[in-house]
Parts: sequence; structure tokens; C-alpha cells
Amino acid sequence: MEKTKNNRAWFLVLPVVISVSFSAIIPLMTVVNYSVQDIFGPGQRVWVGKEWYVDAVRDADLHAALLRNLLFSFEALLIEIPLGVFLALRMPAKGKWASLALVLIALPLLIPWNVVGTIWQIFGRADIGLGGYFLNSTLGIPYNYTLNARDAWYTILVMDIWHWTPLVALLAYAGLRAIPDAYYWAARIDAASNWAIFRFIQLPKLRGVLLIAVLLRFMDSFMIYTEPFVVTGGGPGNATTFLSIFLSKLAVGQFDLGPAAAFSLIYFLLIQVFSYIFFTTIRNIGRGDTA
Amino acid sequence: MSPLEWMAWTTPTAIFFAAVAAMLVTMTLISLRWPSLPRKGVLPMPTTRGERLYIGLLGIAFIFLIWMGLTDATLAGAAGISLLWLISVLRWG
Repeated sequence: MEKTKNNRAWFLVLPVVISVSFSAIIPLMTVVNYSVQDIFGPGQRVWVGKEWYVDAVRDADLHAALLRNLLFSFEALLIEIPLGVFLALRMPAKGKWASLALVLIALPLLIPWNVVGTIWQIFGRADIGLGGYFLNSTLGIPYNYTLNARDAWYTILVMDIWHWTPLVALLAYAGLRAIPDAYYWAARIDAASNWAIFRFIQLPKLRGVLLIAVLLRFMDSFMIYTEPFVVTGGGPGNATTFLSIFLSKLAVGQFDLGPAAAFSLIYFLLIQVFSYIFFTTIRNIGRGDTA
Repeated sequence: MSPLEWMAWTTPTAIFFAAVAAMLVTMTLISLRWPSLPRKGVLPMPTTRGERLYIGLLGIAFIFLIWMGLTDATLAGAAGISLLWLISVLRWG
């Protein structure tokens, strides 16, 4: 069949290009301009060149925030992915209980980030919070997320797990439902154990969705801001100062626009790398031997 | 005060963005004239010409950042490494 070649449909993306240029590209250009200057006020600025970049890449606090953020993302993934798969395997496949389980599992996902933060901030308090009171008074474990760095870290981590494991569970659940029954019949004929079914049928078939889950969760936890901002404000000390909190302190708190601009561009470059990996991986799913 | 003052333009950044724009236009024209099919090189995934350029430029940004983090020497060194990197990615990526 002869196909007509017409690229004029590309003009249909023009509205998006225009709106994105105003919402993203022009501000981004401004950030680039800011990052090479010291801005005192409107019309008062001095060219500083690479200075803010040198400061940023050598800033020990920034390195600490980056490592902290990577560690946080790693720990969150390490727990959320297996836990999500486990939940998905345990959820009923059919009937009214399946709907109920889905709704219950999805509940935390419906709560806005700042409300999640507020819930956990109160939940963890030793005087009026259920969780904090239980740990301190009932179990006798000293727990105070405003004073103890380790407590603050685990509070944020558990909060993230509570908030986002459902996403992994839902993705894995959808992936499990997409496996044809014939695979299970074959497994039954071979008298395969539950573990063998999981290892050789379910896990390989979940590969695609799990990859998406890992990348989504990594990106989100790498950009985490609202929840630690509400619960701990980055403290105690710097214990929960993740990259975005560090950046907003620099830009909004101290109004150091130049350094903040240089740092946000570095942050932007890091995100670019992860987004590109995300994009390439998703595009290549389903090609070759991927499930 | 000019209406663009809030964007705080400087000559170097203007040249930078003009170069980016020129690159986008050039790549579009090259793609129209000689369309690029994804091919598999040293990189783990098949890439088109534009993707190799993107990977090259992103790499350059990191080469400069690492250079600035490690040494006080002139950025010309980073520029030299970047050039080699960009050529290698475009050629063998």
C-alpha cells in the first residue's frame, strides 16, 4: 500500500511547545543566566562566571545532601519493591474482596503530600500522637523525631513506605493479572511449588512493571520535598535535609539566587540522566526478550 | 530598564542559547536530508544521531562539573576532554 508522507501533523504540537516554552524553557534560561551572576536586585548584577558552580560542586553540605538522598532512595526501593510485590501476591484476584483490597491499598495514594506529612508529624508525637505515644509509653522505646536524627530518618522512611508501597503493589497486581492462566495450568501439571511458580513465571512476567515501579519510585524519592519539609523541616541538624530541601533553603530561605541557580542546574542535570534512563528503558520494554 | 531585565541576560549565556537553538535547527535540517535510523554502538542501547548528540552534551556538562570539582586549572582542559568525548560518542556510540 502506498502511504502518503505528510509531516504537517507536527504543527499540532505547537500549542504544547508554546506553553512549555513559557512554563519551563524561559524560566530555565533565566536560571542559567542567574547561575553565572551575583544578583543584588533588579538591574544590579555582577558577572561571576563559573564561581557558583565551583562552590556548588565543592560544597560539603551539598555532597552530604546528595549522598543522603541517594541512600534514602535506595532504602525506600529496597523495602517498597519486595513489600509491594508481596502485597500484590496476597491480594485476592477476583470478586468483591478484590475490589475492597484495591481500594484499601490505594487509599494512601489519594492523600496529598503535605497532608501525609501532617498525619505523620502528629502520629509520631510522643504526647498526642498514636505512634509516638505507643513507642515511648507503652513499649518504653525512647523515640523523638525532632531531637534524634535516627528517629527522624526512620520516620520519613516509614512514611514514604506507607505512602508509596501501594503504588508498587498496584503495578505488580496489574502485572500479575496479565499473566495468562495457561502458565499456571502448565505449572500445576509439572507439580511446581509456589516458590517455583513465583520464581519462574510471576517474577519474569513482572519484570516490565517492576522496572517502571523502580524508576518511578526512584525519581519520586530523589525529588522528595513536601513530606520531610512538613515533618522535620530537614532536621534535626541536617539529618533529613534532602537535595530539594537544601535547594529551597538556599534559594528561598537565604535568597542566594546565583548559587541556588547553579545548584538547581546541577540537580536538573542529574534528573536529566535518570529521566533519560527511564525513557530509554520504558521504550525498550517489550523489544527483544523482555516479558 | 529593558523589559527583559528580569531574565538577567548576559552576552555569554545569549551566545550559549543561540548555539543551542542553532544546533536544534541544524539537527532538524540534517535529519530531513539524511534521516537517521537507530543503530547499536558501544552504548548499551540503540541510539539515533540526535540521541547520541544529547548523550554527548549531557556528558560534557558532567565533565565540566567534575573538572571544576577536582581542579582549579583552566576550563580549557575540560573543553579538550569534552571534545574528545563528544566525537567518540557521535562516532562510536
